[in-house]
Order: sequence, then C-alpha cells, then structure tokens
Amino acid sequence: MAKPTRVTNEIRALRFSAGEMTQAELADRVGLTRQTIIAIEQGRYSPSLEVAFKIARVFGVPLERVFGYPEEAP
Amino acid sequence: MTYEEKVTWVSAVVTLIVAGRYAWIVGGRLGELPVEAIAYQRPLLFAIGAMIVLTIVGTIAMSIATAIRGEISGDGSADDLDRKDERDADIEARGDRVAFYVSSAFMVGVLALAMLEQPYFWIANGVFAAFVVGSLVSSSVKLVAYRRGF
Repeated sequence: MAKPTRVTNEIRALRFSAGEMTQAELADRVGLTRQTIIAIEQGRYSPSLEVAFKIARVFGVPLERVFGYPEEAP
Repeated sequence: MTYEEKVTWVSAVVTLIVAGRYAWIVGGRLGELPVEAIAYQRPLLFAIGAMIVLTIVGTIAMSIATAIRGEISGDGSADDLDRKDERDADIEARGDRVAFYVSSAFMVGVLALAMLEQPYFWIANGVFAAFVVGSLVSSSVKLVAYRRGF
C-alpha cells in the first residue's frame, strides 16, 4: 500500500518555470534517482528535510514555496 | 526502475532458482530414504555458495547491461546509473525489518526442533529455510514498495 503522505509539492510547476528542467537534471543536482523525483512529485514519497532544502535551493525559492502541508481539520 | 530495484530482482530470482533446485534435489530423496541417511550437507553448502556467487555475477551482468543501455538510450551515464538515495535506503530498511521478524519466527521453530532432538536434517534445513524465506520476504517487500509507492 502506498505510503499516505499529506505533503504537497509544486516541483513539477517549478521545473517548468525553470526552463523546463527535466526530472533527470533535478535528480542529478540533488543527488537522488529520477524515480525518487517522480515519487516525490506524485506525492508517493516524502523526502527528508535535508533533501527538501536541496530541492528548494535548486529553484532558488523558500522551502514553503516547494512543499506544503494542509492545515489540520478543526 | 532504480539500480537498487534491479539488484533486488537479481537477488530474488537467484534465491528462488537455487533454493527451488535444492528443494527439488534433496526433497526428492525424502520418500526414498530415512532422513538420517540423506546426504544433504554437500548440496546445502553448494546451494549457499551458488546463491552468493550467482548474486554477484548477476549483479555485475545487470550493471553492465544497465550501463550500456543507459549510454545508448541517453537515460543516464554509467556514472549515475548505480546511484542510491535515501528512498532506496528507506525501502531497504523496511524490507530488512520485515525479513528479520519472519526469519526470527522460523528460527524459533528450528529451536523447537533442536529441543525436541529432531534429526539434524530438519534442523539444518530449517535454518536454511529461515534464511531463504527471510530473503524472499525482504525482496518482496522492497519490490512492492518500489512498485506501489513508498
């Protein structure tokens, strides 16, 4: 069963706005496999905080511009 | 498919083939001879050795094939095709953790066999079965995690 993660991300949109950066290129720059980038984009895997920072740094944006976490329902 | 997933496939296939072949050879003697008379020692040692050697050979062959394919298709260079990242490590840890519990359960059964003074044949093969089943469970958990998400 897929790991349920509530972490959302904007990596796909950020890649396209960064000159249509490929998943392979992003993977190379943060030291991940392309399959892990795909899993993160699809919300099937939550990366570590360190990798999250590395991804944000590649795009030159704050962490919360890349990743989001929905508010708990009251 | 990541490099680590391919390594897992190699390990699973080798384990299945070698353990299956061993079970076929030694198991076939069960109905013919009393267990005390079955010469299982040499086939068992050969099976363990074959698993180690074939896994190494299979991994090398897979690595070469992956590198050549990567260079031809442009999917990646030989340098980055064997990359292992934190997701691979997490999946490996999950597989190994489940395998530990399964192998441990088998080993309790083997302990019971020893305490009941059962023939060495069953004790030795029980230990071998614990390793084989643990390895297969580990591979299965990892492959499901790779395929269905982690």
